[in-house]
Amino acid sequence: MELFRIKHDIPFMSYGRLTTSISLVTFILAVYFLSTKGLALGVDFTGGTVMEVSYPQSADIGKIRSAVDGIGLKDATVQNFGTSRDVLIRLPVKQGVSSAQLSEQVLHALQQDNAQVEMRRVEFVGPQVGQELYDNGALALLIVSIGIVLYLWMRFEWKFGVAAIIANLHDVVIILGFFAFFQWEFNLTVLAAVLAVLGYSVNESVVVFDRVRENFRKMRKAGVAEVIDNAITRTMSRTIITHAMTQTMVLSMLFFGGEVLHNFALALTIGILFGIYSSVLVASPIVMWLGISREDLVKVEKKEAADATP
Amino acid sequence: MNRYPLWKYILILTALLFGAVYAMPNFFGESPAVQVSPTKSDGKVDPALLGQVETVLKANQLTYDAVFLDPTGVKVRFSDTDTQIKAKDVLASKLGRDYVVALNLLSRSPAWLYAIGAKPMYLGLDLRGGVHFLLQVDMTAAVNKAAERYVGDLRTTMREKRIAYLGVVREGQTVQVKFKDAAELAKAEAEISKNYPDLTLKESDNGSERLLIASLGLPAQKRIQEFALKQNMQTLHNRVNELGVAEPIIQQQGLDRVVVQLPGVQDTAKAKEILGRTATLEIRMVDEDKSDGATLQNASKGQVPFGDEFYIERNGLPVLVKKQVVLTGDYITDAGPGIDQQTGGSVVHVNFDGRGARIFKQITRDNVGKRMAILLVEKGQTEVITAPVIREEIGGGRVQISGMANVQEATDVALLLRAGALAAPMEIIEERTVGPSMGEENIRRGVHSTLWGFAAIAVMMALYYMVFGTVSVLALGFNLLLLVAVLSMLQATLTLPGLAAIALALGMAIDANVLINERVREELRAGNSPQASIATGYERAFGTILDSNVTTMIAGLALFMFGTGPVKGFAVVHVLGIMTSMFSAVLVSRAMVNLFYGYRRKINKLAIG
Repeated sequence: MELFRIKHDIPFMSYGRLTTSISLVTFILAVYFLSTKGLALGVDFTGGTVMEVSYPQSADIGKIRSAVDGIGLKDATVQNFGTSRDVLIRLPVKQGVSSAQLSEQVLHALQQDNAQVEMRRVEFVGPQVGQELYDNGALALLIVSIGIVLYLWMRFEWKFGVAAIIANLHDVVIILGFFAFFQWEFNLTVLAAVLAVLGYSVNESVVVFDRVRENFRKMRKAGVAEVIDNAITRTMSRTIITHAMTQTMVLSMLFFGGEVLHNFALALTIGILFGIYSSVLVASPIVMWLGISREDLVKVEKKEAADATP
Repeated sequence: MNRYPLWKYILILTALLFGAVYAMPNFFGESPAVQVSPTKSDGKVDPALLGQVETVLKANQLTYDAVFLDPTGVKVRFSDTDTQIKAKDVLASKLGRDYVVALNLLSRSPAWLYAIGAKPMYLGLDLRGGVHFLLQVDMTAAVNKAAERYVGDLRTTMREKRIAYLGVVREGQTVQVKFKDAAELAKAEAEISKNYPDLTLKESDNGSERLLIASLGLPAQKRIQEFALKQNMQTLHNRVNELGVAEPIIQQQGLDRVVVQLPGVQDTAKAKEILGRTATLEIRMVDEDKSDGATLQNASKGQVPFGDEFYIERNGLPVLVKKQVVLTGDYITDAGPGIDQQTGGSVVHVNFDGRGARIFKQITRDNVGKRMAILLVEKGQTEVITAPVIREEIGGGRVQISGMANVQEATDVALLLRAGALAAPMEIIEERTVGPSMGEENIRRGVHSTLWGFAAIAVMMALYYMVFGTVSVLALGFNLLLLVAVLSMLQATLTLPGLAAIALALGMAIDANVLINERVREELRAGNSPQASIATGYERAFGTILDSNVTTMIAGLALFMFGTGPVKGFAVVHVLGIMTSMFSAVLVSRAMVNLFYGYRRKINKLAIG
């Protein structure tokens, strides 16, 4: 089976203005939602307590609410989680009350109401730990970005590094924008997904850039735009198949992974879809506009040629 | 050109064998088990203990599947949880307090696998259920406490040397000694600087009195803080042992934090209570000189005489207790609940060590006829449990504390006293508790995600790339096996995000094979011979695979360095997955293709779809 037998190169670069404009609009929208709505940060980052309890039958949210209210926790939120039998209770940070006591109090109140309640999980994060996790997350994002630019600079040329990181940070911002728009909970696991996406979609750019470099060697007479068009067209089959495979795995997580992996898989899905788009249709035009030329790769070319000799 | 030298095939076969053997323990499942280990770290683990355990079990007609000895203790495997729980109770009562008897789950894998170090993956708390705490040690309090100790020490020193002083008080983290004249101050200064080199001394005066201000130097403060952390960790160890947890983890994190992980703990409420309690015992004297009705009346309104503290005793009577602590729980070697022979009330029996016994003997000798208060300090709240009159000198270091409400309280207080005091208060700043049923469900979810995703990829790859697709899928399977084996061998903690990382690693590893297959197709399309297409396809794809894996690796390593908890669990598997996928996608798939095509004389067409 072969789905992508494309005879002529698709002139992607002539749509460059259009594709980057679409990206820019999406990016601006994402930034807008991030700044107006903000991320629905999970307990990992804000601090507070989350309890998940489970009942053998459908849970009565109203009763649970009043039980929690009854012990003086008015700011608690109570909601179903996944199934009607599972309930998630969120309690904000309360000064002077230890987490241990808090969750025990709640469980005790719930048990008086219905003895069959089962405690599934409790997460408590102190406000100071939350801040640290937030800072570490931001630091990790920064380090990853710098590391990738440096590697691509070393391996290709600084223009590729810059283009790749612009394209991929734009993916990250768009994922965050989605999370802000839908107010999906952003926790540590989602952060892991976001950083994985950053590494993953750089892959995509690397594959195209590799081809661009190879084409500069082979297509001596072609212009820069033609070289890039050819590189994208010829890697397209691989791009789509690979992403389809990865996405299959991610969908499997989305369906079978339960609530805990749900947002993780969502972040990956958005990341993969925008990853294809940005690494092909954003990174490449940026490289072109940064003024990449055959001469830029001459030095690297010699080394490459030596490597390639069997 | 498409033939590997023999050593490459041998290398791959060795890797396959390694993968199969080390991944194997994961497929045997787990059985309920009981683990017996010595309470003290220097306790003996020898075949005698093994024999003892076997005898106890046989005497109670409890059947077990296997029993064996390892460096941490004796482990017994049972076929069902009922027997397990019965065995735990029987062993706990027969072996006594020298051994911790804990419930555990053990792999059913055969002994020979265990002998070569092949163990199942180490599951994190979110997969096996349990409690994770991050505790912050209050270092200011540790230093304050040290300063408080110096107050007593300085007072004793000056009394012994007959230096006339007006008073000794703690001001923040310094100790102030007040004098009437400079001569006494100079004498004291010489004496203190000789006996307490850790203290930095400074002279001052507040108009009417001469002051000597002693403060702790920075190195001393640091030492106190380190000691406080160590002491707290030791205390936590003791308390966890009291709980009977199979594989507890108690680790220092940073300068002032302790991580406590208790896998498989079912009764999380009890665990929190025991760990969270910071009870310590203090023995102080009742201020008899000021215990008249009027003073007590004023004290209850807040006018507490200098150097005293006002409490209400358990029996409801007010009492004025001196601030100075004569003896603390640090000297306790053992404590146990009991019943008072005469009154029938619940009591706690306390044994002091040699030094504690000496101090106690001296106090009781000097204060016959006076009252002594026994205080329990818990979470910053001090309570006078009892304040009995000292009838006679008490030697030998055995003390009975009455005034317990009931047997349960006596048991709890005894446990807290026995497990030792915390050198500084601690606060839980992070907690993650996962119930046992949730753990099992998380494993199921993670495994299902991986398997279904894998199956779907296998079908699509085989359809799209035919033989080459099948080879890719086999290589991917090899990758999974290898990853599981490496994780099992390293005993890296596997969490739910880790399971997700396994799935994702597979989804991303297939990229390498897609790159190769596409390249081979391209070479064929360019009119190259099948054999040449295979060779150049693999060669050309390799550079790209390397580049893309390095960038993914950068992200993985950053996650590992800055990540905590779930993120770190994800990062470990992610990084290992990249390494195993490089091996399997490039080397293993090539070996299979070589075996399939490399030895044919003539190939008309490659089955690559």
